[in-house]
Amino acid sequence: MSGGARFEYLLRLGDSCLVLGHRVSEWCGHAPELEEDIALANVALDLTGQADLLLGEAARTEGRGRDADALAFLRDAWDFRNLLICERPNGDFAHTIVRQFLFDAWQVELYAALTGSGDSALAGIAGKAVKEAEYHLRHSGEWVVRLGDGTAESRTRAQAALDALWPYTGEMFETDETSAALAAAHVAPDPESLRPGWTRIVDSILGEATLTKPQAGWMQTGGFNGRHSEALGHMLATMQFLPRAYPGAKW
Amino acid sequence: MYTQGLDQRPADGATKAGDDPAALAAFQARVDREEKIEPNDWMPQGYRRTLVRQISQHAHSEIVGMLPEGNWITRAPSLRRKMILLAKVQDEGGHGLYLYSAAETLGVPRAEMVDQLLAGKAKYSSIFNYPTLTWADIGAIGWLVDGAAIMNQVPLCRCSYGPYARAMIRICREESFHQRQGYELMLKLAQGTSEQKRMAQDALDRWWWPSLMMFGPSDRESIHSSQNMAWKIKRVSNDELRQKFVDATVPQGHYLGLTFPDPELRFDEASGHWTHGPIDWSEFNRILAGDGPCNRERMAARRKAHADGAWVREAAAAFAAKRARRQRAEAAE
Ligand SMILES: [Fe+2]
Ligand SMILES: [Fe+2]
Repeated sequence: MSGGARFEYLLRLGDSCLVLGHRVSEWCGHAPELEEDIALANVALDLTGQADLLLGEAARTEGRGRDADALAFLRDAWDFRNLLICERPNGDFAHTIVRQFLFDAWQVELYAALTGSGDSALAGIAGKAVKEAEYHLRHSGEWVVRLGDGTAESRTRAQAALDALWPYTGEMFETDETSAALAAAHVAPDPESLRPGWTRIVDSILGEATLTKPQAGWMQTGGFNGRHSEALGHMLATMQFLPRAYPGAKW
Repeated sequence: MYTQGLDQRPADGATKAGDDPAALAAFQARVDREEKIEPNDWMPQGYRRTLVRQISQHAHSEIVGMLPEGNWITRAPSLRRKMILLAKVQDEGGHGLYLYSAAETLGVPRAEMVDQLLAGKAKYSSIFNYPTLTWADIGAIGWLVDGAAIMNQVPLCRCSYGPYARAMIRICREESFHQRQGYELMLKLAQGTSEQKRMAQDALDRWWWPSLMMFGPSDRESIHSSQNMAWKIKRVSNDELRQKFVDATVPQGHYLGLTFPDPELRFDEASGHWTHGPIDWSEFNRILAGDGPCNRERMAARRKAHADGAWVREAAAAFAAKRARRQRAEAAE
């Protein structure tokens, strides 16, 4: 396995955390109730922490003198490797929660598999992060159930969010040369191997929530190749403003 | 944060009405013996009202205070800074939560307190009606605003009302952490590029006087603090707290190489204190009355979050009721 594949893979994981953490942090101070303000800030904080570790590891692998901050703040959108679902705008609370739930279910499966990785650095990060992901999943899953089985309005909103976000779930299980190389080297699981566990979690929660799972159909793709949605450029313009406006400054 | 002149409104010191004189005397004796008053204990009506108002205003301040700092979370310039700021704003939300709970022990539900805030009937610390214009403002808020909050709140850890005192102990620990992180942020800017130094100076220029105002009007003008002192809700005067803050903060600012926006600021050898120029109380009163740079925006943001979240809260309540019904039905089978 080449260092290039490991670098690519760490970017996929790290950028997904960074970008989703940023989105969730946009709620801060504006959530439906105080407990949710605190819970969402906590999710954003955990994801940013994971991004810091994963991008730090990516930077070491790359070995070109960049660090996690350089990767987060000084790359343009085409060099980002996050799942597209992570950059979807927050929308209403149902949209944010359903996005989080679909992602958390994937992350729990992924990190659980990575704890057994032959790559000790990655296994170490996953061992710490899997506990956070399980906590996030409990939180988002409970909300999906509450919204789905709450009022007529919350149910309509939750179903609309699920229908809108479903086409972004295909990317989680995409295989390509990078994922194949990592699987062959026992560094990371074959993405497709995560699907049964993810499906079990999703089916169970959607069932409890009395929501309808969307039909399998066309899936969005592009995040792993740097082909993003329009939303990411705007996010980066905000996120990267200070390091871009004051090059070389230390913060 | 943040109890500023939270004892602003005319006092509820009119305790006598309706309260039995013997009970009042026994209550005062307990307070004098430094016993903690607990939720189920008898207390004068004025004591209860004063505490509900002060604790709920304090809680509101924590919540509204999330907005100016939240304004920079998405623009924090490094991953470390983003995490520190997220953790801080999360802490402030937690402070709001403990404080609402402490106020609820006095018999007022949180929803009612929140409604009062949204209706514009409750105050919050005016410091949050100033804007955060640059990244340095995040440092200045931690250093100065959390710093002033600590000065105000440390004596409240000995407040006669038990639940409030206990909430303050936990809160003060976190506030001092915020203060140190804010100062460290300022230090980094002060040691940075000329633009970063400019940011730091500009933030001090804008936040210094409002921070001094956080302690509330001079004791000479405060009509009702004596009752609160006797009840040990308030334990140190506004002017004393302000002086302690100035004495602690001015050397810190000088260490940063910054200039305080007060030409009269000087060290008085005789008293051993830093003396400052006159505070513009007309600005304080104007902002307290609603005419500050961000009063309308802050309230609009809180109202919008509350209104947009209504369907979510309704869904949670409807789901909880459904689940309870199902559990009863299962138990009956
Ligand atoms: Fe606070
Ligand atoms: Fe604080």
